[in-house]
Amino acid sequence: MTALDPTTDYDIFDPEFILNPFPVMDQIRESECPIAHTERWGGSWMPTRYQDIVAIAQEHETFTSRQILVTGPPPGQVVEGPYSNVAAPPISSDPPEHHWHRRLILPYFAPQAIAKYEAITRDWCNTLIDGFIDKGEADSARDYAQQIPVRVIATMLGVPTDMSDTFTGWVRGVLEAGLMDPEVRLQARLNILDFFRDQIADRKANPRENDLITELLNAEVDGQKVPEEYVHGVCNLMLVAGVDTTWSSIGASLWHLAQHPEHRQQLRDDPDLWPAAVEELLRAYAPVTMARIVDHDTEFQGCPMKTNDRVLMSFSAANRDPRQFENPDVVDFHREHNRHVAFGAGIHRCAGSNLARLELRVALQTWLARIPEFELADPTSVTWAGGQVRGTRQAMVKF
Amino acid sequence: MRVTLEYDACQGHQSCAIAAPEVFGADDIGNAVILIDGEIPAELVAKTRRAVGNCPEHALAIVED
Repeated sequence: MTALDPTTDYDIFDPEFILNPFPVMDQIRESECPIAHTERWGGSWMPTRYQDIVAIAQEHETFTSRQILVTGPPPGQVVEGPYSNVAAPPISSDPPEHHWHRRLILPYFAPQAIAKYEAITRDWCNTLIDGFIDKGEADSARDYAQQIPVRVIATMLGVPTDMSDTFTGWVRGVLEAGLMDPEVRLQARLNILDFFRDQIADRKANPRENDLITELLNAEVDGQKVPEEYVHGVCNLMLVAGVDTTWSSIGASLWHLAQHPEHRQQLRDDPDLWPAAVEELLRAYAPVTMARIVDHDTEFQGCPMKTNDRVLMSFSAANRDPRQFENPDVVDFHREHNRHVAFGAGIHRCAGSNLARLELRVALQTWLARIPEFELADPTSVTWAGGQVRGTRQAMVKF
Repeated sequence: MRVTLEYDACQGHQSCAIAAPEVFGADDIGNAVILIDGEIPAELVAKTRRAVGNCPEHALAIVED
């Protein structure tokens, strides 16, 4: 791809781009055409400047959430198979429904509500480390990062945590392989929705105390019980959005820390630095790219966007814009101002952001407490996933 | 120095509470609340400025007396 002009022919699945997207993002951002376009993968626009990406996220009437995956045919041509009425609310919702779709789940993700998952996250991280600490090496992506968020989300949903490898496979089917192969995506989606159909049937037959699915099934809006497909969709979203994303963030952060002993030292010397450090790692390695669908023909920053065009919002591109962040490619835990948009902006700000931060902080703190010194075993063998979610998939470290 | 919140602009990033937990908190849906009514104590001014400068939605503002 690098031989071609990325402003008119970028490829988000080009292996070089997945490995390191930032030079291409920089090239587009500093060109005369900072909003690139491609015909690949169903076609899309890709803004690269912070201001444009935030504006698109905030202008939800023009840039709708009818579709949020980064590839695929336009709305109306998508074959969803069974469960065609089940989406992923509120991420897939537009106003006015978006308001109650989101309002109902936000209390479960407020900081005071997710605090109770800190202890089980820490216990689980320690158990994982127990499994490899004597070996002197581990795959920081597969053996650690990948294992953490899926169990937290399963706990939150009240579904079996010992199915975590199965859940991970389904989520990767939707967000990784499925983005290039619609058959894979449909099958993964079907597996997820079949599973939660059975979970919902179980909760209706045997309601549980302090159970998110039971409570959502009993929730009312304007005096009416919420539709079952809403609850089904929320379960779908929590699994799909709560696993790959946070795991990618933990993995990329460990990859960074493996190469930066000075940052490990700063965290040892000043534990008060942790909250700012987590925000800075989120800024630098924001894993998520979301898509929007253009509602009506419009001109945005000189680009003629048509109804149903797809627009990609790479939050890591926004977070590396030198117009917004001084020395954006430098990770600086003492950065004075950090208006990063790793969790998006506007009405679709990641609902799970507080949980994601907690998991990232606990995963890194627990690792550094047990394995203070470590390095990449072979930097050239590290693999990454990209597209919708960017993070390490294999990253051997030795200690 | 005081701080003001435009609640309708807040989207619940909690960036403010992370930078200055003594000054900002969360309501039941995770949106920002200002915990200090009136003058921000001198020892929290720097933190508060940092918190305001971290809000991705520009929902917070500093009011100098």
